[in-house]
Amino acid sequence: MNDSAPRTLAQKVWDAHRVVTGTNGEPDLIYIDLHLVHEVTSPQAFDGLRQAGRPVRRPDLTIATEDHNTPTLNITAQIADPVSRTQIETLRANAAEFGIRLHSLGDIEQGIVHVVGPQLGLTQPGITVVCGDSHTSTHGAFGAMAFGIGTSEVEHVLATQTLPLKPFKTMAINVEGTLRPGVSAKDIILAVIAKIGTGGGQGYVLEFRGSAIRALSMDGRMTICNMSIEAGARAGMVAPDDTTFAYLKGRAHAPHGAEWDAAVEYWRTLHTDEGAQFDAEVFIDADALEPFVTWGTNPGQGVSLSDNVPNPADITDPNERAAAERALEYMGLTAGQPMKSIPVDVVFMGSCTNSRIEDLRTFASIIKGKKLADGVQLLVVPGSARVRIEAEAEGIDTIVEEFGGEWRFAGCSMCLGMNPDQLTPGQRSASTSNRNFEGRQGKGGRTHLVSPQVAAATAIRGTLSSPWDLENGAN
Amino acid sequence: MDKLTVITGVGVPLKRTNVDTDQIIPAEFLKRVTKTGFEDALFQRWRQDPEFVLNQPAFAQGTVLIAGLDFGTGSSREHAVWALRDYGFQAVIAPRFADIFRGNSGKQGLLTAVVPESVVEAIWAELDAAPGTEVTVNLVDRTVTCGSVISPFDIDDYTRWRLMEGLDDIGLTLRHEAAITEFETHRESWRPTTLPAR
Ligand code: SF4
Repeated sequence: MNDSAPRTLAQKVWDAHRVVTGTNGEPDLIYIDLHLVHEVTSPQAFDGLRQAGRPVRRPDLTIATEDHNTPTLNITAQIADPVSRTQIETLRANAAEFGIRLHSLGDIEQGIVHVVGPQLGLTQPGITVVCGDSHTSTHGAFGAMAFGIGTSEVEHVLATQTLPLKPFKTMAINVEGTLRPGVSAKDIILAVIAKIGTGGGQGYVLEFRGSAIRALSMDGRMTICNMSIEAGARAGMVAPDDTTFAYLKGRAHAPHGAEWDAAVEYWRTLHTDEGAQFDAEVFIDADALEPFVTWGTNPGQGVSLSDNVPNPADITDPNERAAAERALEYMGLTAGQPMKSIPVDVVFMGSCTNSRIEDLRTFASIIKGKKLADGVQLLVVPGSARVRIEAEAEGIDTIVEEFGGEWRFAGCSMCLGMNPDQLTPGQRSASTSNRNFEGRQGKGGRTHLVSPQVAAATAIRGTLSSPWDLENGAN
Repeated sequence: MDKLTVITGVGVPLKRTNVDTDQIIPAEFLKRVTKTGFEDALFQRWRQDPEFVLNQPAFAQGTVLIAGLDFGTGSSREHAVWALRDYGFQAVIAPRFADIFRGNSGKQGLLTAVVPESVVEAIWAELDAAPGTEVTVNLVDRTVTCGSVISPFDIDDYTRWRLMEGLDDIGLTLRHEAAITEFETHRESWRPTTLPAR
């Protein structure tokens, strides 16, 4: 390849990490800058190292946290579920044995792995990030190449700090225009997934571009990249800019002094060159977007909140029609029913999609001084212990509690209910998380994916609601 | 991974086709946090039956499994290979394997040898006639031998080479260790590190 040929952002990061170039159809060997570890997908990887007598090659590029199984109510008591407890204890033993830094329950940097990396300033532009977790795509918001891997690959990275990989294809997602008030990053990504489908991104790195993306904060960009995986993509990326640099400056692991200047100089080169070719392109009109909500059992089954539950009979593709019929059955919904008429039992405000400080601020600003709808349970779960402390310093905990909600400790919580935070069969939630699969939040639970704004409006009204319903007084 | 050249051990006839990974290891064992110690989980449901082949003293110490068509179908769980390996199996002979199972086996040093159905049946007959008979799988000249049965078997060249060299994926990558170390010397000092802690 001609070195001066225009390249995409993804190609630049790839090229900068190629240790060995594959020949004869063999994969390239790619260097990994940052390896994030949590308790669920790491035990067999460490066991594999032990079996083979191998050390962790770069403990200084590896970091672990406890998140999936952690309780959000009483974090000092022993974890009741023996499987959860064993996974966490195993991580603690492995981290100690292999010399890996671990943020355990009670530590200020404990929390969801994808919230912890950025808040420490470890997630930086142009680096490669992996984790045994599909939502590793979150870190692409900084212009990093970040993707989830399986347990065998976790072991491979621990042992070699590299991965054999074939290059990904690239897709530009152009989002031009200005979001209306009440419409957020979550609505952009839900609209993207509804447009390209849950398999539309397969094999691709998505690069989110355009004026609407540039206008987003880092927290918003993380929300978008987080859910790239729900479109089937390997990764999502946003080119770094002044918003990115301002977020990173001063964080514990961000470069300082002259190193900062050198880093920024390099980071400014990390954008797709004029004339570089994407393998595919998608266009989204930001001006036209409304608050979005899912009605079905995959993140692609979504509509604007002002719409009705779709009628499967209107869907031409027979597989999709059958899937829609099954989804409505599971969700207990009727075709044609207005989305806004659907009552919820639980509102979950949390997960690596929407549990950062800005998400909590937005949510709190809407519920402040109001009352939780009768019969609705509200869980507010900060993404990390640090976010929780920051929020408390701003009085967000009080706002949540005066509203009638529950202010919890950090972790994955009801995003997947590996801990006790679960829906009971038939219960319906409005959730700021990323997956509405059958049983994801608890056996028989029904999930509607929404933004923090929609979650707040829904908590106030008790039925799926847009923040616009509040401003219009249409109560 | 140990280098494999010639495997000789008691042959175990598993006279079933379409043995899926759920049969090899039921889902409840996937909650474990280790990568070893799955020997008790292997064929756990079938082992409840006293007549099951592994419950017969002549076969209990077997190391070469001879199964019917389409072994290892279903879920991609690598645990199926771990369970076979932990029990003591070093090779599985069958007329056809599921792709993912075969790939996982290669990664873990479990040899999968493809032979015609007639050969599987001939080996089964030998083992029925004389339970406890040893089977030899020779990776060097690509043959399986059991009593009077001798047959070539199929395995792709790349996997055969890896098994003979004792290289797993990590081992293969570590052949590039000098290149990795060299790459690391050029890594810019401002790139992030997780240590020291603060
Ligand atoms: S919050 Fe949910 S999606 Fe994110 S890492 Fe935890 S379980 Fe996975």
